[in-house]
Amino acid sequence: MSDEYKDNKIEAKSADSSSGGYAPPVEHIPAKEAPEQELYHAKSFWTKWVFSQDAKVIGVQYALTATAIGLVGLVLSWGMRLQLGFPETFSFLGPATYYQSVTMHGMIMVIYLLTALFLGGFGNYLIPLMVGARDMVFPYVNMVSYWVFLAAVLVLIASFFVPGGPTGAGWTLYPPQAILPGTPGSEYGIVLMLVSLSMFVIGFTMGGLNYVITVLQARTRGMTMMRMPLTVWGIFTATILALLAFPALFVACIMMTLDSILGTSFFMPDIFTMGEKLKTGGGSPILFQHLFWFFGHPEVYIVALPAFGIVSDLISVHARKNIFGYRMMVWAIVIIGALSFVVWAHHMYVSGMNPYFGFFFATTTLIIAVPTAIKVYNWVLTLWRGNIHLTIPMLFALGFIVTFVNGGITGLFLGNVIIDIPLSDTYFVVAHFHMVMGIAPLMVVFGAIYHWYPLITGRHLNQTLGKIHFWVTFLGAYAIYFPMHYLGFIGVPRRYFEMYDSPYMTSAIGLNQFITIAALIVGFTQILFLYNIFSSVFKGEKSERNPWKANSLEWHTSDYPPTHGNFGKELPVVYRWPYDFSVPGSDKEYIPQDVPPSQVSTAKAEIT
Amino acid sequence: MSQFDISKLPQGGKGFMHDWGSDQRAFKGVPWGKAMMWIFLVSDTFIFSCFLISLMTARASTTVPWPYASEVFALTVFGVEVPLLLIAIMTFVLITSSGTMAIAVKFGYEKRRKLCALFLLFTALGGLAFVGMQAFEWSKLIFHEGIRPWSNPFGAAQFGSFFFMITGFHGTHVSIGVIFLFIFARKTFRGDFDTGRKGFFTSMKSNYEAIEIMGLYWHFVDLVWVFIFAFFYLW
Repeated sequence: MSDEYKDNKIEAKSADSSSGGYAPPVEHIPAKEAPEQELYHAKSFWTKWVFSQDAKVIGVQYALTATAIGLVGLVLSWGMRLQLGFPETFSFLGPATYYQSVTMHGMIMVIYLLTALFLGGFGNYLIPLMVGARDMVFPYVNMVSYWVFLAAVLVLIASFFVPGGPTGAGWTLYPPQAILPGTPGSEYGIVLMLVSLSMFVIGFTMGGLNYVITVLQARTRGMTMMRMPLTVWGIFTATILALLAFPALFVACIMMTLDSILGTSFFMPDIFTMGEKLKTGGGSPILFQHLFWFFGHPEVYIVALPAFGIVSDLISVHARKNIFGYRMMVWAIVIIGALSFVVWAHHMYVSGMNPYFGFFFATTTLIIAVPTAIKVYNWVLTLWRGNIHLTIPMLFALGFIVTFVNGGITGLFLGNVIIDIPLSDTYFVVAHFHMVMGIAPLMVVFGAIYHWYPLITGRHLNQTLGKIHFWVTFLGAYAIYFPMHYLGFIGVPRRYFEMYDSPYMTSAIGLNQFITIAALIVGFTQILFLYNIFSSVFKGEKSERNPWKANSLEWHTSDYPPTHGNFGKELPVVYRWPYDFSVPGSDKEYIPQDVPPSQVSTAKAEIT
Repeated sequence: MSQFDISKLPQGGKGFMHDWGSDQRAFKGVPWGKAMMWIFLVSDTFIFSCFLISLMTARASTTVPWPYASEVFALTVFGVEVPLLLIAIMTFVLITSSGTMAIAVKFGYEKRRKLCALFLLFTALGGLAFVGMQAFEWSKLIFHEGIRPWSNPFGAAQFGSFFFMITGFHGTHVSIGVIFLFIFARKTFRGDFDTGRKGFFTSMKSNYEAIEIMGLYWHFVDLVWVFIFAFFYLW
């Protein structure tokens, strides 16, 4: 095939073709619109590293806290898998503990790990560096954001130690069962869960406002929106989604807390229990589902969009080629974000809502496949004839693409009402969302950590351990979730503590054992990864400045690793997008964003 | 390098495209704090919208009839039952405080320190009066009418639930505003915005833009009240 195109030269476009319609002409340095940001200069150990107002330190704090609570979520998943793979062998796991594990695993992974890690962790660390700002616009508010998040995590942990334990209502916390006797933790656990979520929303809002305003109002000279790395675009759009979606969760949490503590009936229909009618009644459980999923669906993209952005940068840098269709990528992110607000009820096809709603929401859901597919094609086209370096970040990025396509395709099944109804509440759903919003974003998280670890610590992670980490995680994830699709097809319901001698079990026993063993191996590998992270701080191979030869500003700070204030005396001036790799005619292999055109006069520049 | 001049930027639709396609700032000449408050208010709008939409679904789906708000919220003055009297006064006071807030912002930009502080104080007192009347209304409903969050003698239990939740949440907003208005009145009177005195917590300088940002919040809280008034009391 490729022989036909032998003589065609593939030309990467240079920056100026993508500089934004109103970008200043070549070599023109725009005037400063605002005076320099006044920074708080910490003097003591406590204000420098603990109650720090530096976005980089806050980012690391967010990431470490999220990882710590994520480990709890990981251990909980081991408990579930042991029970499912080898029922009766591990009798210490009763039904109550099982449901609590399911619930806390889900909530921890989605909110306290992934959301906090992508927005709080990567957002804090990368946004100011990438847009050329000294810090977030309101460092003090940013600091408070972290401490409220930490408090929310502590309240969540506290729920493990109250009478009755944490809630076991499933991560969706559907009322009325979440607050009725019979569900584990229906008295104290659920209240602490709701309080913790509300605190998370408050803490996140403080941080999120910072991220949005830093991107909108604190870019350096020459940094137009269309010259921002896609990482920033992804985190920025996800933050806007979060600021608009979390209110629904917040309101749902307040209302259910009142239902639980004061005995109101926002979500409580007329219920008979033990032959007696409950005092509560007249409320609507469906209302909670609408509020929850109005938050819950954008939440999927709050996790996915930063992953989309980061992986675009990883692929471009490690394939030494500009990202294919940058503008299309940006608009796809924005359109996915906007559409994510009109698809929420596809989580509620079996809730008994009006069937016409199902029609509407199936349509909008399937429309999302269009911008998403554009992104996948563009990633693949970026790789096409690129100079692909199979570094660990690139391996994880490739793993992401495959996993995301897999999870996306099963999403098309579930987005259709007719196919969803038989598959609803089976392991097919579990496999789908773990692939698409569990493993796929985690692949990006791992790739991003291997990519930016040298920037943060000045040292590389151990490569051998990294390769082991990638292959075991990647292949292991498929060993876990591919069989689950099959389990779903044969009708194994999710959230069941045990299948006993039901007909499903004949073919499911062996598979469940296999999945459990795979999950334990993959889980152990993550411990290896954590060991790598902590030991490499001291023992890792020293990294030279800009080891990946990237163009974006975070690698071109005055100090390496970047210090307080990020850049030296003068903030950098940006002349191009961050994807000038292998520009035709240039004697340099890559041209950083802050290199003026006069220094690379040989590079072919298209001015549009 | 030329000096940045905001008045030379294109206007209208062209200006919009220019600003969003340009570097440094998408909202030209808008201070960070002000932009941040606007975005926060959009987020807060979603919270109140969720409350009010939930109220509407509850009204549409309760099994017991919804009480008549105008009868529940009536005051008997000189033997005559006047519907929504207290609510009308509360609304009047809150809207008036929005007016005094606007005047305070004006004096702030003119750097007339004492007048600005005085009108901030008026605004704070207006807010305080509103919260006070709300406390009176709550105690009247709880102790005399027997309305509880979980039940009430007039009809659907959700009436009380939503009433206490929504007005409580709004009242919390007003109370937070009142606290900050008092703090700002003191700071303004002391001349913090003229001398560049550093903030107690943030150790950052501040200026009269802070008053306008405070004003944005206060007007928002008033606007939300208008919607609550319309959806809860009048409907």
